[in-house]
Amino acid sequence: MQLLSQTTNFNFMGPRRGLMTFSVIIVLISLGSLAFRSLNFGIDFTGGVILEISFPNAVELEDVRADLTAAGYADALVQNFGSASDVLIRLPPPGENEEAQSVGNTVLDALADLNPNRPPLREEVVGSQVGSDLTEQGGLAMLFALIMIFGYVMLRFRWKFAAGAIIATVHDVVITVGFFSVLGLGFDLTVLAAVLAVIGYSLNDTIVVYDRIRENFRAMRRGTPEQIVNASINQTLSRTLITALTTVLVLVALLFLGGESVFGFSLALIVGIIVGTYSSIYVASAAALALEVSPADLMPPKREEVDDMP
Amino acid sequence: MNRYPLWVNVLVLVVLLVGAIFALPNVYGDDPAIHITRSDGEPLTETALPQIEKTLTDADMPYLSVGLEEDAALVRFTDVPQQLRALDVIRDTYPAYVAALTLAPRLPGWLEALGLRPMNLGLDLRGGVYFLFQVDLDSAIQQFLNNYETDLRTQLREADIRNSLKIDGETLLVSIVNDDDLDRAEKIVNSLDDTGQLTNRLLITPTTVDGQRGFRIALTPELLKERQDFAIQQNTVTLRNRVNEFGVSEAVVQRQGLDRILVQLPGIQDPAQVERTLDATATLEYHLVDQDADPYQAAERGRAPLGDELHYDKAGTPILLRREVIVTGDQVTDATPGYDRGVPAVFVNLNPQGARRMLETTSKNVGRNMAVLFIEEKLEIVERDGKQVINTKTEETVISNATIQGVFSNRFQTSGSMTTFEAQDLALLLRAGALATPIVKVEERTIGPSLGQDNIEKGRLAVIVGFLAVVVFMALYYRVFGLIANLALFANVVLIIAALSMFGAALTLPGIAGIVLTVGMAVDANVLIFERIREELRNGNSPQASIRAGYEKAFSTIADANITTLIAAVVLFWFGTGPIQGFAVTLSIGIVTSMFTAIVGTRVVVNLVFGRRTQLRRLSIGGRISNAAA
Repeated sequence: MQLLSQTTNFNFMGPRRGLMTFSVIIVLISLGSLAFRSLNFGIDFTGGVILEISFPNAVELEDVRADLTAAGYADALVQNFGSASDVLIRLPPPGENEEAQSVGNTVLDALADLNPNRPPLREEVVGSQVGSDLTEQGGLAMLFALIMIFGYVMLRFRWKFAAGAIIATVHDVVITVGFFSVLGLGFDLTVLAAVLAVIGYSLNDTIVVYDRIRENFRAMRRGTPEQIVNASINQTLSRTLITALTTVLVLVALLFLGGESVFGFSLALIVGIIVGTYSSIYVASAAALALEVSPADLMPPKREEVDDMP
Repeated sequence: MNRYPLWVNVLVLVVLLVGAIFALPNVYGDDPAIHITRSDGEPLTETALPQIEKTLTDADMPYLSVGLEEDAALVRFTDVPQQLRALDVIRDTYPAYVAALTLAPRLPGWLEALGLRPMNLGLDLRGGVYFLFQVDLDSAIQQFLNNYETDLRTQLREADIRNSLKIDGETLLVSIVNDDDLDRAEKIVNSLDDTGQLTNRLLITPTTVDGQRGFRIALTPELLKERQDFAIQQNTVTLRNRVNEFGVSEAVVQRQGLDRILVQLPGIQDPAQVERTLDATATLEYHLVDQDADPYQAAERGRAPLGDELHYDKAGTPILLRREVIVTGDQVTDATPGYDRGVPAVFVNLNPQGARRMLETTSKNVGRNMAVLFIEEKLEIVERDGKQVINTKTEETVISNATIQGVFSNRFQTSGSMTTFEAQDLALLLRAGALATPIVKVEERTIGPSLGQDNIEKGRLAVIVGFLAVVVFMALYYRVFGLIANLALFANVVLIIAALSMFGAALTLPGIAGIVLTVGMAVDANVLIFERIREELRNGNSPQASIRAGYEKAFSTIADANITTLIAAVVLFWFGTGPIQGFAVTLSIGIVTSMFTAIVGTRVVVNLVFGRRTQLRRLSIGGRISNAAA
């Protein structure tokens, strides 16, 4: 079995200007959405209370809301999860002096007429301070990961490629996060972990292509940089697609079978991998071309190889 | 010809065998169980087992087995309701035992003898309570500066120097009303730092406060850090004592970051109940010991002589203490274990007021005994008329009893018949009883056991389905080579599980996601190699040469690609907490093991299958390229 005919020879770099424009538009949409709609942050980041309560029978969400409003929780967000008899309640973070420990019991007491099962399936209380610390840490982690990776790619490939790799990675991260913003999907700690994993995956992919470009710059003395980049992408194309396919296969299994708590995680990774696969073909290589890479940018600083150059 | 030297083949075999053995304990599953220890810390012996068995049988409680495990008894049950009912019975029957819920792995004897254990399950997979407390470090520093403020005020007043004092953040500002007093005041201020230690602990600089000349007293960065660490440690110890009280095995209490403490209690369901227990407070008092009266007589009569109080030490020995309190816990600023002339000792620091009281007492009582009374306020929940009521119970124990060897004030040591371990223990208790730094709960998570079970099942299903999908695809796409890659994939999962079991890392739901992701990405190395081999074949190379070139040329690409992913995973581990770290750990382990199985592992098999065949004409690697071989 073969995914592609023996040797493909698509002119990937031909339409790169159009596709670059396309990428820029998508990135702008993502940034715009992040600026104006922000993200639907989970309580990991905002602080707050999450309660998952199961009832013996199906309940009307309206009844739950009415009970909660009567108990003073007018801001409560109530929704079903899983089945009609399981309810997820989200409340703003408890105030400084409020006894956070009692929230779960107070809510259960307020719902007493609906006869909820005790104890709740899940109860999470996150103080707003913890949330804002986490947001800061998450941002720092992402920045730090990018710097470290930039350093490594610099070491292995020189700066034009490192710049290309970072542009592609930032592109993937912005679009993945933008996807969550545009659709208003919940963004919690596991989604953040997925985004960081996307950084790793996307780079992995980009490096494979770069490695081949480097090899071909040495082997093919005649072609223009554009031709060489094109050939390299074609040669690694089936690997790029197969790896994306196998990874997406397991993630789809996780998305549909892994349950509520890993849904966002799987979705973020699936989006990130699709975007990452596209970007390692177009964005990373096109960025390197736009920065006018030449064989000199690739050669590792070894004496004998420098002597070898035409 | 493609052949590995024998040692490589042996190495791969050994790694896989060791991995398989370490992963094996996870196959057996576990039983809900109750872990019973004696509350006085002595080991439980064989003789207690028949008693426990009889108690359970009499109460009509079905159980699987009762056995001795190290210093504790372990009772296994078939299901959780049985376990919970039995727990109540055991707690009621044996007040001198600590009974805790746990999961006991169902291991065969020989595995247990090797000391092997299955992976721990995180809270999200087995249910339990998680708390994050924040220690108020600012107020810890404030409390410490308050000591200096009080001391300085007294001394300046005694020297007849008019002044005003003010605490401003992390500094104490002293202003002297009359400039004539400045020289005398400077001497007094400098004497604050006169602790008999080699290094300065305070930074004292002349300054002007509100138009008046004076001094600015700040803590050195070292002292600041020391105070902060003290505050954290003190609270950690106190919380740990409380948690042990609660009787949960595998409970976790640890510092997290600069100023937070994490508490994890697997298996517990009611966070409110836990919190009431954690809220208890402790303090301590120094008393003189009354050595003239007979404590045993007093104990028998149940009444202490006039002016005395009757107390007991940890071993239950009665001791008579004078009623007057010399120093209380809030005057203790530090307690550290160490050595005094080679003998284990505890070094105690007192604040100025405490130091003065101690000086007065010791100067009159050299040769007499002084004891430390540890007082704990415990909250316990009692059933009354079918309702749960919280009761406050005070427990008082003498934790130290030693002879006063000389006159001392702000810094002294307690030494004598103590082991190093006991000295550490005493220092911890003294800290726990010192003035408490306030803590605030900033995060709380409770996961019900049914949700945990649900998470395990879903996670397992997702791993199996994802794994099968990849295996089928690889076999169809790369034929024999695909099958070899699948072997490597299977070995990889075994090695990840082995590594997690070996390090005692907890498996969380994000951790399972990490394994799933690794399964997807692990085949990448093989895809790179196999595509390369196909390419070499297409270029007209012989199968043997193609195999060699494929592995060699793909190697640097695989290494580069994996190292960048590893960087991302390590950063994730650094910045993340709890579940995120679980993901980062499995991802990192997965990257390392997958490089081993996908590169070295598959090569061993490929060499064994194809390596010796000189007449090899075609490779079963899929695609329509096999005839291209020249």
